[in-house]
Amino acid sequence: MNWETILDMLPLLAEGAVLTVQLVFLSAAAGLCLAVPMAIARVSNKLWVNMWPRIYIFFFRGTPLLVQLFLIYYGLGQFEAVRESFVWPVLREAYWCAAITFTLHTTAYISEILRGAIQAVPAGEIEAARAIGMHPNQIYRRIILPRAFRMALPAYGNELILMLKASALASTITLLDITGMARTVYAKNYLPMETFITAGAFYLIITYALTHLIRYLEKHLHPDRKEPVVIVG
Amino acid sequence: MNLTNKLKEMAIAAVTVFAVSASGAQAADKLRIGTEGAYPPFNLVDANGELQGFDVDIAKALCDRMGAECTFVKQDWDGMIPALMARKFDAIVASMSITEERLKAVDFSEKYWTNKLQFVGKKDMMLDVSMDGLKGKTIGAQRATISGEWLEKNRAGANVKLYDTQENAYLDLASGRLDGILADALVNYDWLQSDAGKGFEFKGDPVFDGDLIGIAIRKGQDDLRMKLNKAIKDIVADGTYAKINAKYFPFSIY
Amino acid sequence: MIDLHGFGAQLLAGTFVTLQLTVAALIVGLIMGLLGATAKLSNLSPLRWMGDGYSTLVRGLPEFLVVLSFYFGASQVLMAIASKFGYDEYIEVNAFAAGTAALGFIFGAYASELFRGAIIAIPPGQAEAARALGMSTRQTFFRITLPQVWRIALPGLGNLFMILMKDTALVSVVGLEELMRVTSFAVGHTKEPFTFYLTAAVIYLVLTSVASYGLRHMEKRAATGVRELAP
Repeated sequence: MNWETILDMLPLLAEGAVLTVQLVFLSAAAGLCLAVPMAIARVSNKLWVNMWPRIYIFFFRGTPLLVQLFLIYYGLGQFEAVRESFVWPVLREAYWCAAITFTLHTTAYISEILRGAIQAVPAGEIEAARAIGMHPNQIYRRIILPRAFRMALPAYGNELILMLKASALASTITLLDITGMARTVYAKNYLPMETFITAGAFYLIITYALTHLIRYLEKHLHPDRKEPVVIVG
Repeated sequence: MNLTNKLKEMAIAAVTVFAVSASGAQAADKLRIGTEGAYPPFNLVDANGELQGFDVDIAKALCDRMGAECTFVKQDWDGMIPALMARKFDAIVASMSITEERLKAVDFSEKYWTNKLQFVGKKDMMLDVSMDGLKGKTIGAQRATISGEWLEKNRAGANVKLYDTQENAYLDLASGRLDGILADALVNYDWLQSDAGKGFEFKGDPVFDGDLIGIAIRKGQDDLRMKLNKAIKDIVADGTYAKINAKYFPFSIY
Repeated sequence: MIDLHGFGAQLLAGTFVTLQLTVAALIVGLIMGLLGATAKLSNLSPLRWMGDGYSTLVRGLPEFLVVLSFYFGASQVLMAIASKFGYDEYIEVNAFAAGTAALGFIFGAYASELFRGAIIAIPPGQAEAARALGMSTRQTFFRITLPQVWRIALPGLGNLFMILMKDTALVSVVGLEELMRVTSFAVGHTKEPFTFYLTAAVIYLVLTSVASYGLRHMEKRAATGVRELAP
């Protein structure tokens, strides 16, 4: 084990870690915002409402993230129309392409999680809300969504961790996240064990921190509940 | 159960996939050549999946001259030297520059062509390639190449983006994500001739010339090195080199 | 129709390699999963720690990083281990082998948790009855436990399988000529990234849809005779 090399690469990998965490939190937050309307549309009984989320989810869950990333980064850049448009300054940057792709990807998964949670809200509560004359908007805002969010939290936390791991793909479009830095460092030192084990350690530390953050949030929202069961996989 | 039997069959097939090949000492007549396949016109993969290019032709000519049976192994650029060291192949003919750093890990043959690094950029855009001119500009290069390292050392103010393959870098230059690319002048030259490279041109003079391109082999293989050097001298002397050269460039690149 | 500029045949060949990799990694993954589960349920605490450590570690690492590590590091590690046993020759670890090992290793970490939960879910009375009938531990495992574990774990395993199929795209970065890599070659040639990456996406959609349909069918068959409350 070449400790000197490991010490040398720590500042670079730490820089990469900042980028990784930024991307993960950005896409997790944006994904949550987009997933709420999508999940609500998905549970609708009307076909012309629920078919759009279904198609979206089908595409983003049925294809690898790598393909989605390349499609947006390289694929969209192919078209003159895109390059001349007002979105180009955004799509031009690998950072935003990654953020957008990760957001779109995670939205599909989070909306399925929310859908399950929404459908698990006890029917009796919704009936009661209707009986006292609440408007569907109110029912959603006051009854369904708060319950659903709390139920979805463990699974959302899971998805956060999956997002962290998926973020490693940002390195394939020139971004210098943890994996990107590791590959750049490896290209010069030819020491795979030292380089990739150190990079892995960074991910494990962040995962550990995230897991504890989620557990804290769960306790905070369910002070009465015992340890919730988090099933990964 | 039929399922169990089928699983057994597939398991045996999977284990065979892990075939541990004890290759032992390479017979002098068989040589495995590693090349990338994503570096036109020196090495590329055509529509039939076949390796083509200057490097491939030179390697075939050298093997002919040495009386060796050559097979080609495609390898990603990032893993080129590690694969050589792990004995996945015996020689790298992929337009690899002879550098001090690489010499720490591998040996090289004599040069088989000479390289320069040069910038390319959009035709109607001014690109001042001096230290000051490139401050804040986004320049692309392939990871693990001397272009990348040169940019790091000599143009610290520039925003350098590293790509897995040269071709991806060109894609981004064409779409406007990069202000310029630094790469081997000849690879740039080839791209500028293509449709995609139409609106682009060289910017400034070559910034680094006298870069020697050699064949990398594992350390301590003096025998192989001498054989390669002799073969290189031979094909230059008898005109084979000139013929291959002419196929790709109207000027000599030796 | 979309003009594939003659790369259609290569794309199909790449798809075939993708399928081969998926199957190979699945086999490795199932074996690792069963071994991991057995370790976690073992009476020996070092084995339990190893099993738990395996799961926890791999679940915290990006698949992409694991693939890179296996590819770049495997030769080194294997040769170091082998030389301890006196074997000093070259050990070939090509992209397919590295990919299979990496993806199977990852699959096994998640699967071991699924198998563990499934094994625990089988009423211990059944194992006792089997023992009373004179069956050996091995017979009990293969004839009583495993078929039921299969039924319980199938939905979770199916999910892991779909993820595995998509993760094969990662092995393209280390040079395996599966679908994604062939697509990148075509893009390099034709400079039409959108066309080709969209085609690749469609092919993956077909693969995952077929797999999903097949899995649902298998789940129905595995659950024959098991009465379930209406969902």
